[in-house]
Amino acid sequence: MKIRVLVGTKKGAFILTSDGKRKSWKVSGPLFSGWEVYHMAGSPADPDRIYASQTSGWFGQVIQRSSDGGKTWETPGGGPQKGPDGMPHGESNKFVYEGAVGQHLFYDGKPRPWEFKRVWHLEPSLDDPDTCYAGVEDAALFQTTDGARTWKELPALRTHATAPKWAPGAGGLCLHTIVLDRKVPGRMFVAISAAGVFRSDDSGGSWRPMNKGLHSEYIPDKNAEVGYCVHKIVQHAAKPEVLYMQLHGGVLKSEDGGGQWKDINKGLPNDFGFPIAVDANDPDTVFVIPIDPEKGRIPPEAKLRVYRTQDGGRSWKAMTKGLPQEHCYVNVLRDAMAVDALDPCGVYFGTTGGQVYRSADGGDSWEPIVRDLPHVLSVSVQTIE
Amino acid sequence: MVRVIVPSFLRTLAKVPAEAELEVAPPVTQRAVLDALEARYPALCGTIRDHVTKERRPLVRFYACSEDLSNEPPDSKLPDDVARGKEPFLVVASIAGG
Repeated sequence: MKIRVLVGTKKGAFILTSDGKRKSWKVSGPLFSGWEVYHMAGSPADPDRIYASQTSGWFGQVIQRSSDGGKTWETPGGGPQKGPDGMPHGESNKFVYEGAVGQHLFYDGKPRPWEFKRVWHLEPSLDDPDTCYAGVEDAALFQTTDGARTWKELPALRTHATAPKWAPGAGGLCLHTIVLDRKVPGRMFVAISAAGVFRSDDSGGSWRPMNKGLHSEYIPDKNAEVGYCVHKIVQHAAKPEVLYMQLHGGVLKSEDGGGQWKDINKGLPNDFGFPIAVDANDPDTVFVIPIDPEKGRIPPEAKLRVYRTQDGGRSWKAMTKGLPQEHCYVNVLRDAMAVDALDPCGVYFGTTGGQVYRSADGGDSWEPIVRDLPHVLSVSVQTIE
Repeated sequence: MVRVIVPSFLRTLAKVPAEAELEVAPPVTQRAVLDALEARYPALCGTIRDHVTKERRPLVRFYACSEDLSNEPPDSKLPDDVARGKEPFLVVASIAGG
């Protein structure tokens, strides 16, 4: 048994590996040194296949791919290649919207054309190592079916009737979450800041907003279909009709595949935060990390606490053992917490201060795996048998 | 032979040597040099110029012969010293951020 933790940071990527005991760790990296790595993700169908989103304000977007568990990397396609017809094809980092670009709302409330900026999130297919989805800014969903040699937009989302009303959150108009349903074929969820949750039941061919029950003090219309700053949603494989959400202001639960959401905040020090994760062995056990939005997005009372519910959100308990309980001013971003598939479940998160913490006992206690990495953007975990 | 120097991040990404030497047929223009550079090192596509519009990325600059050529039209001829290989064409990442 092997655990591989893929860590994306503002200045490169790191791979942390351990055995099933999760006591001692090997830290390797940095990979792609100096580049922002928004996300890395391993294929559930082939753990040796890993995709990484490498991006830079100077040089744009690059997709890296490993086929040997992160030992070596390549930019598949890597640019124009001549096909039999002499035309160029195969450009792994080329993300071009399909058809008319359209417009969304900007911060000033005026329409602005869609413009590709970066890939926020990669979600490999559940059963094909060469298929992977990419959530991008400005919000859209792309797919590769050739191992990242080429990317093609699934345009039904960006051209949804509500899209002209979508507006960016503080981090941009980003599609940051992709959930592939493990039970219902063709069903997937995406979350966009600040538009909300959308669900497709036909592999991305059509979408509908799934935001009933969400609320925002910034949206006067309580029945608004879109406009919500959803930070993250998660689903448990054993109970896929149940979804949990960290909203800009609220932790919520849906028990009907996103049809209706209800608050489960009670017992948390505040309702703001970015990541949310669900225990691999128990769909009623969920982890959040509350953050104080009014004091610069730092842990409340400068105490870094993971809150855990074991009853589906009816009650929460602070997990503090091993975490700093004074003078802590880090943040934990939306894609920076993940779980492994062991029992008891391992939970991992990375901070903007460069620490990566792990719990090997379902959140009861924590230890840093590494303390001084660059600002952590994302953490994902592979459990390899 | 045209000599091109790219930033270290791009040298690592695309496995470009410290100084790339490229055959570029006259007229030697910014566009012709970048086309040749991307053809030789395809991982550079999209990193110096936008994939579609071919416009220079905002934080990338072009210099040669002590001149800032960043805003020159892409089809203008580069200095003769660049075309002859006496001086390199420099692709520079502007200094910003931390």
